[in-house]
Amino acid sequence: MTDKTMTPEDVVSRLRSGMTLGIGGWGSRRKPMALVRALLRSDITDLTVISYGGPDVGLLAAAGRIRTLVAAFATLDSIPLEPHFRAARQRGAFELREIDEAMFMWGLHAAANRLPFLPVRSGLGSDVMRVNPGLKTVTSPYEDGETFVAVPALRMDAALVHLNRADRLGNGQYLGPDPYFDDLFCEAADSAYVSCERLVDDFATAAPQTLLVARHAVTGVVEAPNGAHFTSCVPDYGRDEPFQKLYATTPWAKFAERFLSGDEKAYWSAVEAWHEEQQ
Amino acid sequence: MTTTRAEYCVIACADAWRGNGEVLASPMGVIPSIGARLARRTFSPDLLLTDGEAMIVGPDDSAEGWLPYRRHLTMVTGGRRHVMMGASQLDRFGNQNISCIGAWQQPARQLLGVRGAPVNTLNNPVSYWVPKHSKRVFVEKVDMICGVGYDSAAAAGPSATRYHRIPRVVSDLGVFDFETADRAMRLASVHPGVTVAEVREATGFPLALPDEVPCTREPTPTELRLIRTVLDPEGRREREVPAA
Repeated sequence: MTDKTMTPEDVVSRLRSGMTLGIGGWGSRRKPMALVRALLRSDITDLTVISYGGPDVGLLAAAGRIRTLVAAFATLDSIPLEPHFRAARQRGAFELREIDEAMFMWGLHAAANRLPFLPVRSGLGSDVMRVNPGLKTVTSPYEDGETFVAVPALRMDAALVHLNRADRLGNGQYLGPDPYFDDLFCEAADSAYVSCERLVDDFATAAPQTLLVARHAVTGVVEAPNGAHFTSCVPDYGRDEPFQKLYATTPWAKFAERFLSGDEKAYWSAVEAWHEEQQ
Repeated sequence: MTTTRAEYCVIACADAWRGNGEVLASPMGVIPSIGARLARRTFSPDLLLTDGEAMIVGPDDSAEGWLPYRRHLTMVTGGRRHVMMGASQLDRFGNQNISCIGAWQQPARQLLGVRGAPVNTLNNPVSYWVPKHSKRVFVEKVDMICGVGYDSAAAAGPSATRYHRIPRVVSDLGVFDFETADRAMRLASVHPGVTVAEVREATGFPLALPDEVPCTREPTPTELRLIRTVLDPEGRREREVPAA
């Protein structure tokens, strides 16, 4: 069997400028932040990012890596508005394809099922139709004759997700209360990369329904302890609220210089030093 | 101790879920959350509530079900849910905006994004909660239609109107509904201590008015006790809506 383990740098070496990239998690929860930080250390840009947006979107937008964002929102949860996403939007730094949370989910389902679209009762009557002039409607072929929005498949070149555990073959397990849509991201992408808190040898004692991501949908596995920092990865850890507050209130250039100018090890030294200063 | 403005708001929010039966009450904001839990403990015992994450919980916060985001969205489209959302802007036909202020192409102020407002409004009853009633929120026309109002739903056709319903809007000044011939917003009640003139002054469009505007009802002694000693002993409600 194929050992799919790799480093964050290996993952990034397989990505290219101009790609469509899906990022799992939700808001400021279980975001593959170690992989996003590795991406920020590369010169990859011009990305179409598909995300239930959190600081992944804020970081990539602030760094000027996003050409098009497909999202229903961007939030830090305990801080409702994502400041770096906001600033980038307000200076017109990227194109937004703003769709609804449900349209987003059905776009993932369509892509995972190799369908061009799926019909939803959502979007009609709202300005989602106005700001996405490419969105089309479809009429039910049955007696009801109803009209729905045909949500196009959110097919992606690559997906990045973070899970609690994974094995070397690419099977991934979530231990928190919510799977979010990480399995769909992996199935909707041509290649998918799973970072995890800890690599395990097998899932012999696992509750079967926690085995969210299956290896056939995974290209690479990265062991990245605390790899969702500063977002939450329950039950392994909660959100680093003080650090998130720092992220949200520090000018981008200053934040990037202190925390993002080196490698992942340098990131952790800087985070730990900052926490010690707060004692 | 007399009933505070925040407590009238809790009562007005709780009453939104009266008679709803076995549906998920999805409150957003402090006062709607207290209101939903009050309704669950008193006159709407069949309501379902979440812990704010992925669990459905009983009145003592013990888990009784699992509701991760993907299942939550099924509850939305299946219609067994009544959400009370916030609104950065709200117009006279109930169109709601939480996405951005100014031109969408390059907004003056980017807010949350449309989130689930489009799917919510077309599939399950949606009420709104506005903690600070002003002309900035109650506008003639919203900058971005996220939650679909009655006029927009009608213009979009039968698929949009089939399950569309906005039962009520609650603000710190009063309660509003759309029980008018043209489905324009109507002042249904004012909270005690608020005048009709005050509400009209703080609203950026002409409000429909009944012949006589009643006051929002008083809480029962049991409701007041629950709010003050069980549901919100720390007084978070008073921080969301300070005493007038």
